Amino acid sequence: MELLVALIIGVLVATGVYLCLRARTFSVVLGLTLLGYGVNVFLFSMGGLKINQVAVVGASADPTDPLTQALVLTAIVIGFAMTAFLVVLALRSQGEQHSDHVDGQDGEQRS
Amino acid sequence: MTHWIIAPILIPALAGLLLLLEVRERQRLRRVTGLLSCIALVPVALVLWQQAAQGDVGVYQLGNWQAPFGIVLVLDKLSALMLLLTAVLALAALLYGCAGDDRRGPNFHSLFQFQLMGINGAFLTGDLFNLFVFFEVLLIASYGLALHGRGPERVKAGLHYVVLNLAGSALFLIALGLIYGTTGTLNMADFAVKAQALEGSEQILVTVAVLLLWVVFGLKAALFPLYFWLPATYANATAPVAALFAIMTKVGIYAILRMQALAFSDGPLAGLGADLLWWLALVTLALAAIGALSASRLGGLVAYLVVMSVGTLVAALSLGDPGTVGPALYYLIHSTLICGALFLLCDLLRRSRGDSDDRLESGPPLAHGNWLGAAFFAAAVAVVGLPPLSGFVGKLALLQAVPSAPYWALLLLAGLAGLVGLSRAGSTLFWRVHGEVVGKKLGKRRVIPMLALLLVSPALTLAAEPMLQLCAGVADQLADQTIYIRAVLGGAS
Repeated sequence: MELLVALIIGVLVATGVYLCLRARTFSVVLGLTLLGYGVNVFLFSMGGLKINQVAVVGASADPTDPLTQALVLTAIVIGFAMTAFLVVLALRSQGEQHSDHVDGQDGEQRS
Repeated sequence: MTHWIIAPILIPALAGLLLLLEVRERQRLRRVTGLLSCIALVPVALVLWQQAAQGDVGVYQLGNWQAPFGIVLVLDKLSALMLLLTAVLALAALLYGCAGDDRRGPNFHSLFQFQLMGINGAFLTGDLFNLFVFFEVLLIASYGLALHGRGPERVKAGLHYVVLNLAGSALFLIALGLIYGTTGTLNMADFAVKAQALEGSEQILVTVAVLLLWVVFGLKAALFPLYFWLPATYANATAPVAALFAIMTKVGIYAILRMQALAFSDGPLAGLGADLLWWLALVTLALAAIGALSASRLGGLVAYLVVMSVGTLVAALSLGDPGTVGPALYYLIHSTLICGALFLLCDLLRRSRGDSDDRLESGPPLAHGNWLGAAFFAAAVAVVGLPPLSGFVGKLALLQAVPSAPYWALLLLAGLAGLVGLSRAGSTLFWRVHGEVVGKKLGKRRVIPMLALLLVSPALTLAAEPMLQLCAGVADQLADQTIYIRAVLGGAS
């Protein structure tokens, strides 16, 4: 399972970084979202991966780490709010500059 | 008395929430609320400084949870000094904002308060994840503030700023995950203890995490190669916002200083990344000097002077020597307040020049050219470090503390570049004039906050000896981390 989770994180972060480096605001927003997902799964797995265990001490023999779950929850909330803000900002940038290029204008016409 | 520690976070938080409830049309009420909060922060910061100056480290356990498990706020001399600096700068910036700039967007006042809450929280917290949360609070408020007032340039600079910082936040989380995964703690003091006993693969993982932290803090502090967002963002921000942002880079510097003093002064991770920081800071200094020479707008020039101060400070602090921390703190106080004053002055000049804005080209003569010119001259002398103002004292103390040829050469050359840039800007703005006076009258409510910040420089010069000793005291306390660690982990409440 460790390998699977590691692969998922790797794929999410790689696609996220690739999309972040694109020139259109929409792909940058998508990229940052994927990057955020990758980071969240990474943070979640830092408490150790266990199957079918409750995050309550005493409720199971080998409880999973509740702290990483709390951290991920905080990170998800913050990431969600930031993404919403970024979408609004990208729309305003599009509206004010009449282009969805991150620099406000097309250098070379590539999408 | 112990509850005072949380006041610098609670006051702006409550004021910010209250401001959201208040009716938008009643601008006066909102100004009073915001100003009351900012005014209250000054005596609170003074009380906290008094408390910290006795040499004890104050610890506030949120929810009364024991230290490594719960979140703590920690008040030592360094945090108290930074809180005081923030309070003074914020009050001047908000007074300037209340002269009219706050009308340019509906939520200026509440965003300003949330920004203060984030900055104060970042200075107080003793928990790494909590530091992340406060960084996010100050960032999301700063996103709103950076876009305050309209304009395509502002949106473009704002978009870059937001995307860069979101990527930075992702790196911050990865670093925190690694630290938690290997050491099982996020409490700074506990981490400092556990970092002494690392070995093998765990040490490698924590090394990676710490280097990632340096990247994140370097992004906040605007260190090469991560400073390119700063000139555009700061030069395009509204004046009171830009003045408040003068402290934002210092939050990054504070975080580097805190982590370095706490966890990396000895043990297996001692001096981790210090060489890297040293060279990057020197490159930052050099590039900021070039930027200052090539700036085509006064706002951009001042923004590069901010980057220059970052390079100066990080290079001195990366040495990890307590002897350099004291002068660096003196220089930090000086540069923060003077750069704030310069941003306000830049806005005053912009208002007097009509369509010429703050572009460094021939424009209409200024309505109060003599007074503005005198203020600009004083600010320029202070910021590049010519005698007799505080920049000179700060740079002299830094040069004495850091006996390194590249540092001396770069610091002096960067000062020269700043001087050339500012002289060129000043002679263009004040002497190469044509046509009629177009500018509006300068409001007293704008001039007074700017002068107040500017007058700190002569005050810092007159009180140079006590201030340098005070900063040395802060550095001494920072050098002996056993006090901090014992206060946090000893269970004192």
